[in-house]
Amino acid sequence: MRITKPIQSTAGLFALALSAFAQTTMQEHPEAYPRADIEYGARLYSEHCDRCHGANGAGVAGINLASGKFRSATTDGQLRMVITNGFPTAGMPPFRLDIADLTGLVAWLRNMNAIDRGSLKPGDPARGRVLFEGKGACESCHRVNAHGSRKGPDLSDIGTLRSAGYLERILVDPNGQLLPINRPVHLVTRAGKAYDGRRLNEDTYTVQMMDTDGHLQSFVKADLREFKVSTKSAMTSYKGELKPDELADLVAYMLSLKGAQ
Amino acid sequence: MFFGRVAVVSLLLAGSVAAQVTSQSLLEAAKEPRNWLTYGGDYSSHRYSALAKITPANVKSLSLSWVYQSPVAGSWEATPLVVDGVMYITQRPNDIVALDAATGRVFWSYRYNNLEDPRVCCGANNRGLGVLGDKLFMGTLDASLVAVDRHNGHQLWKTRVAEARAGYSITVAPLVVKDKVIVGVGGGEFGVRGFIAAYSVDTGKELWRFYTVPGPGEAGHETWLPCPPNSKDYCDPEAWKHGGGSIWVTGSYDPETNLNYWGTGNAGPDYNPAQRPGDNLYTASVVALDTDTGKLRWHYQFTPGDRYDYDSVQVPVLADITFQGKPVKAMLWANRNGNYYVLDRATGKFLLGKPFVKVNWMSGFDANGRPIQTPQPVGQPTYPGMQGGTNWYSPSFSPRTGLMYFPIWEEQAIVFSRIPVTYKEGSGFGGGGFQPYVPSADDPKKGIPNASGVPNLRRGPINDWTDAAGHGAMLAIDPATGEAKWKFRMTDVTDVGAVTTASDLLFTGGREGYLQVLNARTGELLLKRNLGAQMLNSPIVYEAGGRQYVAVMAGLGLFVFGLPE
Ligand code: HEC
Ligand code: HEC
Repeated sequence: MRITKPIQSTAGLFALALSAFAQTTMQEHPEAYPRADIEYGARLYSEHCDRCHGANGAGVAGINLASGKFRSATTDGQLRMVITNGFPTAGMPPFRLDIADLTGLVAWLRNMNAIDRGSLKPGDPARGRVLFEGKGACESCHRVNAHGSRKGPDLSDIGTLRSAGYLERILVDPNGQLLPINRPVHLVTRAGKAYDGRRLNEDTYTVQMMDTDGHLQSFVKADLREFKVSTKSAMTSYKGELKPDELADLVAYMLSLKGAQ
Repeated sequence: MFFGRVAVVSLLLAGSVAAQVTSQSLLEAAKEPRNWLTYGGDYSSHRYSALAKITPANVKSLSLSWVYQSPVAGSWEATPLVVDGVMYITQRPNDIVALDAATGRVFWSYRYNNLEDPRVCCGANNRGLGVLGDKLFMGTLDASLVAVDRHNGHQLWKTRVAEARAGYSITVAPLVVKDKVIVGVGGGEFGVRGFIAAYSVDTGKELWRFYTVPGPGEAGHETWLPCPPNSKDYCDPEAWKHGGGSIWVTGSYDPETNLNYWGTGNAGPDYNPAQRPGDNLYTASVVALDTDTGKLRWHYQFTPGDRYDYDSVQVPVLADITFQGKPVKAMLWANRNGNYYVLDRATGKFLLGKPFVKVNWMSGFDANGRPIQTPQPVGQPTYPGMQGGTNWYSPSFSPRTGLMYFPIWEEQAIVFSRIPVTYKEGSGFGGGGFQPYVPSADDPKKGIPNASGVPNLRRGPINDWTDAAGHGAMLAIDPATGEAKWKFRMTDVTDVGAVTTASDLLFTGGREGYLQVLNARTGELLLKRNLGAQMLNSPIVYEAGGRQYVAVMAGLGLFVFGLPE
């Protein structure tokens, strides 16, 4: 597969300089865009953009989206702005999209000329849902639209908050992605009662958590006999346990979770 | 391996049955005094707590347990809810925050993003939440209703109730009854057509809607009289379409009659009745609605054809009292228009009306309980003034003392002016103005031309209007007669309601920023604490970790007091 560098060198330097400050600048290499984002972006592109820009990106006169060069955007952040604001007077409507969608679209735009859309096999949200509720047993820890446990984060709107790439990574490497605030807490009160849960908040004197029964609990540290914060995710890796296309299905399902309407 | 994971599911789900707030617990809220489950403390809106650990004897040692500061500036009018040691508050513009009720530390916060630029007369206010099961319910400034998971702050559903661009908003704390969450819309200064509506607690689907201004063919519409022919004053033939009757404090519910009761706001426009001739039902009224169907069972109009902005937006207090020797299932009502009322809450029959402050807009009641109105000549002061003898501030009824308590504004008057206004969607719809009237010491019949009146909403640190422009008090009355039992006078006015306890304490505050604890039997001041900023909600009382607390908001702070450990 031929991979062309999507930007000119001066712009690249500029982007590199910016990336120290903002993650929204474009990635150095197209292969740095997670496959899951590219796949998701390709799907969104065919839903929203094909009708004007065409499958090959050359549908609007004078514009070739597949070239990787844009008149009106250099960085990924600028590309997001272009998609968000559109060009209402020139004929492109604004698109109000969330982080997951914008991340996907930008990943696809950056890789359009390198990847044949036909070769992409995006996951299937319906199959993902079956996995989520069945074999994956995700509901034993997660809640979606008022079903499942509150032990782990509520995933009802995860498809608006996180990118496809992140969602794929957390399934195979939950420890590596574990956000510090979510670290598991184990504590024992002076009275000898033990609690386990997910940390929600902490200060010098107190700690708040969601216990394994899904109850909010708050403790004064001085009343504790034992207090441990672990760096090991309560969620174990699904790598090997689920096949790659099953993981893709789960990611597709999670991306479809856009919150209560 | 997979088998193992699936097995875990059933085990964990079995163990995760959370403590529930059921319809039954809401019915019997008074029996769970550790919690504060509804805006008014219980369906009767007594704001009375059976807790009695804090007493007249030990209250002097009350000390600050914790403070939570709102990150958003602006007046704070919310009443918190407390469920099993977790406190739920709303803060500007439409956040919900869940805190540990014993330490004030935050579990989660939820932010509702208002879609449109909300149009609200008096700031981005929200007065609180409703709760049932695992759900919290909140109305939003852009006139939507949301349900949020009370354990993790995730939104479960959202329903658009009305159009914000037309001036509709929701600031009221929802009333939750059985399978319904009931709200009404604000917007009385924007010419809305008010309504009360019920939504399914499970799905947010609208189940019924009652317009506080009836449309053509509906009972009460005839009180929006046709414009007189060749009238020289501006008269609006479609006045009912923007007739007001907003809803912005929580109603009460009586399980025996299955009625929910709401006080309705001013007619629109506020000050110019000439353009909307008639009584303008059901504005400035109380409406009793069947909870299953939303059908009107009865109404009583406190201020027919209101021209003073005398919203009847007060909390209906439901109490069983002895009235003229007979037991009566009563509704007790201290109205913004300066009168105290007793109604039969099953039938709406007028039993008593009696002024509790100086009143000159009416001279008495006819046999049917209709006020005999005495509009003052142009340029002359009207008593009570526009902010009323009392207002939306929560009253309290103590079944122990048998007394009804509410904050009042005394000797406060306004000179009204009336200017025709044509309705324009989303624009202010006042129809006139108001000028404070501060009587001169030499001749009380004359006003001091440039004297400041009592500020309508927010006060600075210096009281330069003084009690010459009006002052506040906490009033205790015998609910059967309206006779004052005691009065606790303040120099500035007060927007703070009351909560009473089984140890006969009354907690209140005021614009001056003092939390004040009174003896509920005598009105004697037992304790004051300077919190340094205006209070705008009514205190609540609850228990967490076996200790009793009092919570009150002042400025941007939620202050919680308890006895020393
Ligand atoms: C209704 C037609 C239409 C749709 C749909 C549309 N666009 Fe466009 N787009 C245009 C037009 C026309 C322009 C050129 C605007 C100009 O000339 O300034 C454009 C310009 C762009 C540009 C700037 C190109 C450059 O060289 O600067 C990008 C990037 C872009 N579109 C991405 C997208 C994406 C991504 C989508 C789908 C989410 C999309 N567009 C959907 C019509 C459309
Ligand atoms: C044993 C409990 C458990 C199971 C089973 C579990 N998770 Fe998790 N998950 C967690 C916890 C706890 C977290 C919080 C962060 C952490 O610990 O890694 C989490 C985090 C996540 C996140 C990140 C949420 C965020 O806001 O960034 C996603 C996405 C996720 N899990 C998806 C899944 C999916 C999909 C499955 C099923 C295939 C699953 N989880 C199974 C416990 C679990």
